[in-house]
Amino acid sequence: MLLNSAEWQAVGLSLLVAGVAAAASLPLAVLAGWILAKRTFPGKFLVETVINLPLVLPPVVTGYLLLVLFGRRGWLGGLLERTLGVRFVFDWKGAALAAAVVSFPLMVRPIRLAFAAVDDRLLQAARTLGAGRADAFWSVALPLARPGILSGAVLAWARSMGEFGATIMIAGNIPGETRTIPLLIYSLLETPDGPQRAARLVIASIVIAAMSLAMGEWLEQRGRRRLQGAVA
Amino acid sequence: MSVLRFDCRFRYASGFALDFAFVAERGVTAIVGPSGSGKTTVLNLIAGLLTPVEGMIELGETRLFDATSAINLPPERREIGYIFQDYQLFPHLTVEQNLRYGQRRASHAPASFEHVIEVLELDALVKRAPVSLSGGEKQRVALGRALLRGPRLLLLDEPLNAVDARLRQTIGEFLARAIAEFKIPAVLVSHDQESIAALADAIVPIDGR
Repeated sequence: MLLNSAEWQAVGLSLLVAGVAAAASLPLAVLAGWILAKRTFPGKFLVETVINLPLVLPPVVTGYLLLVLFGRRGWLGGLLERTLGVRFVFDWKGAALAAAVVSFPLMVRPIRLAFAAVDDRLLQAARTLGAGRADAFWSVALPLARPGILSGAVLAWARSMGEFGATIMIAGNIPGETRTIPLLIYSLLETPDGPQRAARLVIASIVIAAMSLAMGEWLEQRGRRRLQGAVA
Repeated sequence: MSVLRFDCRFRYASGFALDFAFVAERGVTAIVGPSGSGKTTVLNLIAGLLTPVEGMIELGETRLFDATSAINLPPERREIGYIFQDYQLFPHLTVEQNLRYGQRRASHAPASFEHVIEVLELDALVKRAPVSLSGGEKQRVALGRALLRGPRLLLLDEPLNAVDARLRQTIGEFLARAIAEFKIPAVLVSHDQESIAALADAIVPIDGR
């Protein structure tokens, strides 16, 4: 099944946007997952709510809030453009930002569960063996939580591939710049023979989504097997 | 000169309070008491995994904890080898990697890897994964891992309890051999005085409250 150049462009852009979104939010998601799994502090409920909000908020609302915050006149957006020259509005980086925020709760959830499953006594054993807090985290908690971390990353990546509502709010629908697969499908459906023209991309979306779900499942199972049996 | 001086008060969130003091000399000191008397809590306090409300803990010349002068060394700096009741071997590492974990982080040169392997007869196990080991094998690995950390004191939580009754004698022999060979004082806790009588040089009763 071959795609035309506009379609390939949208696929390439989607891969870039989703890849950057997942890679950039992973360290933050690991930190958030760790804190939510292992720490108690006043206001934890609030932090949880903020992290999970994009999961239930209409993506258009998330996109609007991002626009207010990261727009050229938004206080973060203006600051970033003046100091670092980074622009989000009508830019692929805006699409990556939208994808990262919307998929963040999906990434944090499996990571949090994976950290919660790490026995505190193992971390204590590491401490008595001479490892400081950070050392115990890197050498024990992180490798044990790896299957969950990978599956969270894959899940968030897959969600990012399909991001539409928040993306169109902050990044617009610019061919070659922010027109990802869902945005191109949307554009095609507005033309007279749209349904036929969009069909190939619809099928491509289904294939990519199914493959990434299968890969997430495979990574998690492989990780579990490794911990339960033969150490590689 | 005593090896360990312990005199601490501790209170759980549940309200259970512990007030306990003892002194350990060279050799093996066994703290014996019924379950729920706070034996494991005492070990956790010595290891620095729990913090007393008040009191002091001294290992040789080193103050590990002192409430009045706000001394509280973190567990990684206490140089204490802790053999947990359920061993807590790292499941993502091989036996050898488990053994080397503390050795790589030791502040001074501990017993040699080869020597520990030999005394505890771990040679056949080094490439194995912890999940594939029997209870007795796990305990020997946990003991070796603690010894290779270069400890000034060993803590053992119910060392003869979790293993098969038939294996008790052999495990006890390994323990006795290791403690004698590496000349490291040990504090162990048990609910059963009879089973550890052969191993202990001194017995301290604990009744909780």
